[in-house]
Amino acid sequence: MRTIQFREALREALNEEMRRDDRVFLLGEEVAEYNGAYKVSQGMLDEFGPKRVIDTPIAELGFAGIAVGAAMNGLRPIVEFMTFNFSLVGIDPIINSAAKMLSMSGGQFGCPIVFRGPTGSAGQLGAQHSQAFENWYANTPGLKVVVPSDPYEAKGLLKSAIRDDNPVIFMESEQMYGDKGEVPEEEYLLPIGVAHVKKVGTDVTIVSFGKMMKIAMGAAAQLEKDNINAEVIDLRSVRPIDYNTIIESVKKTNRLVIVEEAWPLASISSEIAYMIQNQAFDYLDAPVKRVNTLDVPLGYAPTFVEAFLPSIKRTIDAVKSAMYI
Amino acid sequence: MVVKESKYKKEQYTEWFNAMLMMRRFEEKSAQLYGQQKIKGFCHLYIGQEAVVAGTMSAIEKDDRIITAYRDHAHALGCGITAKAVMAELYGKSTGCSKGKGGSMHLFSKEHNFFGGHGIVGGQIPLGAGMALADQYRGGKQITVCYMGDGAVRQGSLHEAFNMAMLWKLPVIFVCENNGYAMGTSVERTTNMLDIYKIGLAYDMPSKEVDGMTVETVHEAMSEAAKHCRDGSGPVFLEIKTYRYRGHSMSDPAKYRSKEEVDEYKLQDPLEKVRNILVSKKHLSEKDIEDIETRIENEINESVEFAENSSYPDQSEIYSDVYVENDYPFITQ
Repeated sequence: MRTIQFREALREALNEEMRRDDRVFLLGEEVAEYNGAYKVSQGMLDEFGPKRVIDTPIAELGFAGIAVGAAMNGLRPIVEFMTFNFSLVGIDPIINSAAKMLSMSGGQFGCPIVFRGPTGSAGQLGAQHSQAFENWYANTPGLKVVVPSDPYEAKGLLKSAIRDDNPVIFMESEQMYGDKGEVPEEEYLLPIGVAHVKKVGTDVTIVSFGKMMKIAMGAAAQLEKDNINAEVIDLRSVRPIDYNTIIESVKKTNRLVIVEEAWPLASISSEIAYMIQNQAFDYLDAPVKRVNTLDVPLGYAPTFVEAFLPSIKRTIDAVKSAMYI
Repeated sequence: MVVKESKYKKEQYTEWFNAMLMMRRFEEKSAQLYGQQKIKGFCHLYIGQEAVVAGTMSAIEKDDRIITAYRDHAHALGCGITAKAVMAELYGKSTGCSKGKGGSMHLFSKEHNFFGGHGIVGGQIPLGAGMALADQYRGGKQITVCYMGDGAVRQGSLHEAFNMAMLWKLPVIFVCENNGYAMGTSVERTTNMLDIYKIGLAYDMPSKEVDGMTVETVHEAMSEAAKHCRDGSGPVFLEIKTYRYRGHSMSDPAKYRSKEEVDEYKLQDPLEKVRNILVSKKHLSEKDIEDIETRIENEINESVEFAENSSYPDQSEIYSDVYVENDYPFITQ
């Protein structure tokens, strides 16, 4: 199978869906003439023109709200945030409008829209450019939150997100745009809300999503050397969360470790830990462990970055702790 | 009271009178029912401002789009939503225009191109620009009228939406219904620059001040603005100067302004002006007026009866309309 970059997979999804449905359009900062801050939308202005690939001023509140209004009135906008850190300036139309429009209007006004862009840390970018808000958005009924971990997922899930009639938050990573992976030539879609068992195992379940899947898989590979056979689950979406896949795995392995790039309080990991103790208590042979970022704003220095992020070592330590070894 | 020269035909004045009287009596009934706690939650009345909506609706087309903030009962009625559907929504009944899921602040009707009442001050301003973008994108002739209060113009959302609406020449009329007070804070206490319409000038947006206590002037300004938008010339900003006789919401005793001030505005009541023209020009007899009064009173009483007799949405409805699909896996434990 051919191999393409994560950003190319996203671009293919955007191009294919825009060719398929002329109600779909892209707007955001630097998406058109600059070809995208991370070159996701490279060449799209040439193909679709300025009506459908729209450069905006730096005004997240304004253009996120304009996109929501356009979605209410029959279009299917894709909003690119240069990073989800900046989405906080435009969070009002997402939470107060997009997520509630269908419900508030008694089912009359839907909001088919995708908000996409990179999430999480990407090196020494300082405190304001290193945050992960998957759990913030996942907390809100009305939204779906999708976090792909490789080019194959990026394309299949983005196509589904664009075709979804609900508002979808689609979170990528600056550090993954150059990642290469196998992506079929032929069209495919991946369903939102279905997790993927990326590695089958028997001894412990490791759950993760997005960029942290690399840590989860890296830890699983090293654990093999110690004859520990971990099952690794890629959530693919954190709203909804495919709890059944996790529960079925825990019934088999009896141990659970969650790896998440986010602050620990009220996080996706704490939510999963709650659900597992509630639904699979009798199957657990050890407390659920989690590997999150440290509970601080991320400072600039490389030593801070290293200590802050979930790592293979911290994940292996968590697994061993869950296995009492 | 000075009666302005009547510029319009009997039919137009009669239509305005009907529309404004319906808004006035509906709101008076709402206040009464709120007092009886039949209507709950927040309830923001429009009494005094009726000329703004009436003068808009006579100036635009049926398929044009309307969006506003939470003081939205009159806008909903003005768009043609029945008093029954609005009243039932205020009651929270399943027969309401938002199926009991919206309430007073979130009236909606897709059928009537009413894109809702919105509860976050200024939040609807970019939405209105986006609705206009969609019509422009499809090459439609529809325009959007996006209402806001004088409080909302201090939100950043207005400035971002104004900038992009001008940049992209969106067919949207931004209407600031300046009733003098953002809840309890007067315009004077929030800005050095008292002429709100001048905010539009900063973006080179055609902007002007309009007397909102006179339905003819609203109609004329809206007609001109609608033509400008429909011709593809971009957005317009109208600061329509009006006044609300009641407090900000039902829980506001409005102690921040004097009785004299309120009485002064009541002397130029927009509804009375239209009534006087109809009578003085002998368009309608006192008996005709009485008949209209009676008909509207009956319609409102019927709406109350309808709301009273309707049922609340079943609790099983709580999971519907959150997502488009009906099998979303909600967390239930």
